[in-house]
Amino acid sequence: MRKTVLIVALLAVLVVFPFFMGEFYINLASQILIAAVFAMSLNLLVGYGGLSSLGHASFLGFAAYACAWSITRLGFDPFAAGALALVATLLLAAFFGVIALRATGLGFMMITLALSQVLWGLAYRWAAVTNGDNGMSIPSRPRLFGLLLDDAASFYWFALGVTLIAFVCIAVFIGSAFGASLQGTRDQPRRMAALGHDVWMVRWLTFIYAGFWGGVSGLLYIYYNKYIHPTSLAITSSAEGLLSVIAGGAGTMAGPVVGAVLVVILKNYVSSYIERWNMLLGIVFLLIVLFVPEGIVPGSRRIFLRLRGASKG
Amino acid sequence: MSDTTIEATPAFALELIHLSKFFGGLPATQDVSMAVRVGERRLIIGPNGAGKTTLFNQISGDLLPSSGQVRLFGQDVTRLRPQQRAHMGVSRTYQIITLFSKDSLEHNIVLGLLGLKPARWNMLRPIGFYADLREAAHDILERVGLGAMAERRVNELAYGQKRRLEIALAMAQKPKLLLLDEPLAGLSAEERGSIKKLIGSISRETTVVTIEHDMDTALDLADTVTLLHYGRVIVEGERDAVIADEKTREVYLGH
Repeated sequence: MRKTVLIVALLAVLVVFPFFMGEFYINLASQILIAAVFAMSLNLLVGYGGLSSLGHASFLGFAAYACAWSITRLGFDPFAAGALALVATLLLAAFFGVIALRATGLGFMMITLALSQVLWGLAYRWAAVTNGDNGMSIPSRPRLFGLLLDDAASFYWFALGVTLIAFVCIAVFIGSAFGASLQGTRDQPRRMAALGHDVWMVRWLTFIYAGFWGGVSGLLYIYYNKYIHPTSLAITSSAEGLLSVIAGGAGTMAGPVVGAVLVVILKNYVSSYIERWNMLLGIVFLLIVLFVPEGIVPGSRRIFLRLRGASKG
Repeated sequence: MSDTTIEATPAFALELIHLSKFFGGLPATQDVSMAVRVGERRLIIGPNGAGKTTLFNQISGDLLPSSGQVRLFGQDVTRLRPQQRAHMGVSRTYQIITLFSKDSLEHNIVLGLLGLKPARWNMLRPIGFYADLREAAHDILERVGLGAMAERRVNELAYGQKRRLEIALAMAQKPKLLLLDEPLAGLSAEERGSIKKLIGSISRETTVVTIEHDMDTALDLADTVTLLHYGRVIVEGERDAVIADEKTREVYLGH
């Protein structure tokens, strides 16, 4: 009951947020939402599948490029281009999954990294398609119900809607029978196979699903920035997602969202006051590892419960 | 065992034909052949390093043999994956406890039951809505004496209770062939007695193959005994004949 009230209150705050805040903060919030969808999609693999990917930016970058390409070269409108880009991203994820899931653990991490580096190299060098180092621009943001999402607030509401849909879809997936099997393959893969579960297939389907939501974050990214550059496919982009997941709490629904808030604020807000924001990011992560090694969300829950236990004697 | 009811089904639950497994050049099992009848209680004994667990892993599909054949219920399964064999009715336990330690006992069993049901692919329906699976889980936990602890997490259990849960997880699937890898290892005499009673209560429709390290502890579970030594079958036959055999004494008593 109290939880429902809290959730409704949080949602209300999120919805009315643009009425009380300046454009800078609304845009910052939109960037947080994009990073949150990206981190949530990666969390499916890292937190629930036990598969640490260092190449998840592949799906963000590929979807963004595919969307920009369809708009500029095929003349599609942004949403049609987005739909096409998502289908292409699904196929890419299916293909990458077949290659990457030959391994788990470090091997999986290295293969995902290598695959994303291939895309990064293509984006840089295959200039005929990608414009190389100049990146690709799209003329405008999409139009939703006749309303151009060009001002900060309307894009924010659009991104908020997409983020909430992503959150619910991922939560349903994780809570389902399939999601339970997925977490079983994370904890005891061998036992799961002996019990009749097809561990590889469970992981592959999850990889595709994670790739899909990674692609959705890529669409938000290109719609928001109207621009995509090869750096979005670089290892730093994947690593930021991974940091968000781990800092917030892998294997929890709220963790990656909290992690995304932290990373984006440090990167885009604090960096305008402190030049060496990377150093600050490092210190913050050091503190997290020292005090809440399981992540901010599960860690604060643990501390809260302990404090409450202590106060009750 | 009434022979009439199994007329239509193959006579052997498990057949191993010249099964060998090498790790590098090192033989783990060598030219092992054996046949276990449907409903039989077979005990595989042998000292440490005899290749018992390696043999089990080849039966369950965790390991592929270097040469030879595995047949289940008359069918060649040598190349089948573990999950395919599970769907044919094979279920196993592990010598080293392999449970979902952060989850409840109930959830452990539900995951096991789910493994054989199409519902395991359902990405929409919450796992908590499968009341039938939860009920079945409670039934089996009740049967192994863990009914009162269904909501507890596995890592709160004592070692002997974890052993029970290992067996419950395998039994819940109602296997046709149950493979027990040292189910009595590390248990007190009292716990051993109750686990043996549990294994003894399994219906004869299920074929049970048990590995044990010690000869004496599990003998009363067996109709027939196979003695493995250095990856080879040394003696095989009816329980009493194997005990009386000179070669058995040699392996176990060293003279």
